[in-house]
Amino acid sequence: MNFLIISLIKAAVVAFVLLTTLAYLQWIERKVIAHIQLRVGPRRVGPHGLLQPLADVVKLMTKEDMIPSHVNKVFYLLAPFLAVTFALISISVIPFGTEIHIGSFDTAMQLTDINIGVLFILGLSGIGVYGVALAGWASNNKYSLLGGLRSSAQMISYELPMAMAIAAPLLMLNTLSFRELVNAQGGFYLGFIPRWSVFQMPFPQIISFLLFVVAAFAETNRVPFDLPEAENELVAGFHTEYSSMKFAAFFMAEYANMVTVSCVGTLLFLGGWQPLFPEEYGARFLPSLIFAIGGLVSIYHGMNPARPFDRITLPVAGVVFLGIAAIFLIPVVATIILPLFWFAAKVGIILFLYIWVRGTLPRFRYDQLMNFAWTLMFPLAIANLFVTGLLVAVTSK
Amino acid sequence: MDSILFLIFAAIAVGCAINLVLQTHPISSALSLIGVMGALAALYLLLGGEFIAAAQLIVYAGAIMVLFIFVIMLLNAGAESKIKRSLWPKFLGAPLLLVLLGIIYSVIVRVLPSSEGVTFGAFRQGNALEIGRVLFTSYLLPFEVTSVLILVAILGAIVLAQKEVE
Repeated sequence: MNFLIISLIKAAVVAFVLLTTLAYLQWIERKVIAHIQLRVGPRRVGPHGLLQPLADVVKLMTKEDMIPSHVNKVFYLLAPFLAVTFALISISVIPFGTEIHIGSFDTAMQLTDINIGVLFILGLSGIGVYGVALAGWASNNKYSLLGGLRSSAQMISYELPMAMAIAAPLLMLNTLSFRELVNAQGGFYLGFIPRWSVFQMPFPQIISFLLFVVAAFAETNRVPFDLPEAENELVAGFHTEYSSMKFAAFFMAEYANMVTVSCVGTLLFLGGWQPLFPEEYGARFLPSLIFAIGGLVSIYHGMNPARPFDRITLPVAGVVFLGIAAIFLIPVVATIILPLFWFAAKVGIILFLYIWVRGTLPRFRYDQLMNFAWTLMFPLAIANLFVTGLLVAVTSK
Repeated sequence: MDSILFLIFAAIAVGCAINLVLQTHPISSALSLIGVMGALAALYLLLGGEFIAAAQLIVYAGAIMVLFIFVIMLLNAGAESKIKRSLWPKFLGAPLLLVLLGIIYSVIVRVLPSSEGVTFGAFRQGNALEIGRVLFTSYLLPFEVTSVLILVAILGAIVLAQKEVE
């Protein structure tokens, strides 16, 4: 019974945090892209547009829910449901931090630690194609169909290099459970080089990591591989005929997939919640330092405001940052939130990379996309896997 | 708990399988087949075959069925039209089906040893580690032969699909 209650609480917390992250990820994306393009981005709703996600949700929910007359109704309604379900389920096997021990109570920061976590994620990402493919087909619209076809072809093609790229670090770490994967990446070489997969001997998985990141962009249909929804060719691709919450479901699925893939990349290649540098050099104080600097910069800019409303918003943000910095200094709380900080920081960096790339790179042409996958990435992934396997076999006792 | 889950997933598998035959549209049938694959994966998981369950999900539900759907979408196959059937299958179909099921049942009852049934969770060798060890020790030759067979099939597919070179 205890297990059931704890699981329910954890599921509620993870679901709440994930959904909030998805909403604000979209706000961050709009802000970052705006600044890349020398605009200011959303700023009407709330201070610095912080309530924009809320306004978007209200807008999407109250919009008229149109079902075009020419669609295949069952599959038309099933498609967004499938897309969002398979996108959200995968978070259940992702571990966010170490085990928590409070008195006699201890639990892992993870919904469930299954033996085949990596394979589970691969399987779900394979099934996730159906949402997009069905949406394209059921809409009974040539643009949608083209979008759906492109996306299925693209996802099949990029799943291969992705799986191959994932297999290489698995060979070195020797397990399929995410928690054990991260534990196998703990420690340091020479006292300062972290033993993450990207640095781990006998063969640092840098090529594999790059291949994984590129394939991840394609799997999540993001720029520069967003051909399924290329707006200047296909209107909006597979979700052309979708409106209100059904459109929001696809939107949410895309962002949920981004978050999942970033988490998997962090766990497999960047050592999960293992810190960047060892305890002796003060890894414990880094989050406090970062938040304190952020807070002081905010307060300084609040004192010399560039815009009138900065006089209020920036000092408030500064005080909040200083408060967070202080929280990281409390020893009991720090043991719980330090792993969370490292995990969130790495995931955040990969997510920022997604947004950054969207702001800078143009879209691939379709034949370039396919050639890239089959003639460059796939052979490279196989070669990397081969070398890794050879070196692991030679160096293992 | 295990028996309840087994009944749920078995019911889904059988229901999807029947639906697969009954549907006239290829996409509906293909989706039902995906339902069968998914339910089977869950059943493997209940029996302790973790790796097989994941492989079922990745290979069958993920890769192979995506190709099915892809081809159906590309050919834009429409719903199958009902043809006028002759009288024989109408009257003899159901009784013959019952006879067939009866024969299968009696054979199974006779052939099966009268040992204990399956206990959920008793099988512990279904994880990737054990399967890998067995594949590379006891079954090394069949494993390698299969991989060569698959390689031959891939080469055959490429040769068949390639364009004529001038």
